Amino acid sequence: MEIIRILISELPQFAKGTLIALEVLAGLLALGLVLGLAIALAEIFGNTVVKFFATTLRKFLWAIPQLVLLFLVFYLPFDLNPVCAAIIALGLCSSAFQSQIFRGAILSVQSGQIEAAKAMGLSKPKIIFYIVIPQMIRLSIGPWTNEFSSELKDTSLAYVVGVVEIMRQAKYIIAYTFGNTAAVYLFVGVLYFMLTRIGTYFFYKLEERLWVPGFEKRS
Amino acid sequence: MSTILEVKDLTKKFADTEVLKGISFELKKGETLAVIGSSGSGKSTMLRCLNQLSPPDSGEILLEGVNINTPEIDLNTVRADMGFVFQDFNLFIHLSVLENVMFGPLRVRGLPKKEAREIAMAEIERVGMIDKIDFYPAQLSGGQQQRISIARALALRPKLILFDEPTSALDPELTGEVLGVMTALANDGMTAIVVTHEMGFAQSVADKAIFIDQGIIVEQGVPEQMFAAPRHERTRHFLSNFVGLE
Ligand SMILES: Nc1ncnc2c1ncn2[C@@H]1O[C@H](COP(=O)(O)OP(=O)(O)OP(=O)(O)O)[C@@H](O)[C@H]1O
Ligand SMILES: [Mg+2]
Repeated sequence: MEIIRILISELPQFAKGTLIALEVLAGLLALGLVLGLAIALAEIFGNTVVKFFATTLRKFLWAIPQLVLLFLVFYLPFDLNPVCAAIIALGLCSSAFQSQIFRGAILSVQSGQIEAAKAMGLSKPKIIFYIVIPQMIRLSIGPWTNEFSSELKDTSLAYVVGVVEIMRQAKYIIAYTFGNTAAVYLFVGVLYFMLTRIGTYFFYKLEERLWVPGFEKRS
Repeated sequence: MSTILEVKDLTKKFADTEVLKGISFELKKGETLAVIGSSGSGKSTMLRCLNQLSPPDSGEILLEGVNINTPEIDLNTVRADMGFVFQDFNLFIHLSVLENVMFGPLRVRGLPKKEAREIAMAEIERVGMIDKIDFYPAQLSGGQQQRISIARALALRPKLILFDEPTSALDPELTGEVLGVMTALANDGMTAIVVTHEMGFAQSVADKAIFIDQGIIVEQGVPEQMFAAPRHERTRHFLSNFVGLE
């Protein structure tokens, strides 16, 4: 079982690739979260002009394939390193998805509570900060976990612009496994599976911690 | 007693329908005003115009002599001074009982946490819910939720409180506990406007009553007199729906 020996000896390379993938993932999710939340708030609470720009941006980002945006950002004349380019491109795509998650969650905060806060003399920014966002977070974790695992998989796209993540490491290793290509990809598949399970478990625990009676619980 | 609220010729339209057609009344400090009238007559709209949850079209609302129905007024300050209790409670579901009641002093009044907590504890005590401070709204009965929403309004130390049918969403056996809290408040000298279908409460607790029909005040007066001997046919007709009034 030569291939097992090779895979074991290449574990440090896979670990490096995994760390890079996680770096891209963290970066793109963070960018997608900030921009996605901004888009959602702008679309719901903004005036007509703000709303128009937010909606247009979301629809635009929604429509572009991730690969196209990856190449587009990478070949911008800014000399971005591949990891940054991947984070920006995939983060922009993710923001369109995340904005829809947040939008749904914000709209399911009962309007009566917002009216009650208004009647107490709370300003709009404070209503958003103290009432809407805390409830939105609890309602978003479930769908957000899906977005997390789908983006984890999509970090593999970053290899097209030269990011040395898990897929790129696999390619290097395949070069001298002499025909055991499928075994390497099987190993990569299991690796993604484990990463997804660990991440999902973490978000499930977070959701449990933030749960208070009155919010729907995932079964 | 001094006049705390004076409303002059308040009007409000939704699209083409005139919902309030010139409402005028006066309220003195410490008084409880009962507002009665059939469904759709404009009672909720009137309350919502007072704190401008729906901005009125015209008219004056003098709160302690200052007209608050002008663009120069800071609405949030005015609203903090006018408590509002909703039919369906509208507690903040992600906050515990204590956090709900602390919310006003802390986030609206900007008081330090310790002080906000003291105020909240006193108001929770007042509505008899001190054993439930760590519960969440979803864990409380409707009557308990409404008592907490009253405590939440009181914790802002408002000049007056507006109640919009505070017991209408409650089972009959839960209505009593909320009316009990409101009666105690009235006896403590709180100024209140109460839209209600509880004629017993209006008669025994309110100092004044107004009957609204189709956006105008048809009749106002002392509840006992108004209920015993309504002067207008429309009032008489409305009151005849409530059997057992004496
Ligand atoms: N936001 C709104 N838009 C349009 N029409 C409205 C709005 N709010 C209230 N109305 C109309 O105004 C009229 C008065 O409504 P309002 O809610 O003030 O009645 P009410 O006396 O409180 O009735 P109820 O006892 O059923 O609560 C109704 O005909 C209602 O349909
Ligand atoms: Mg009403």
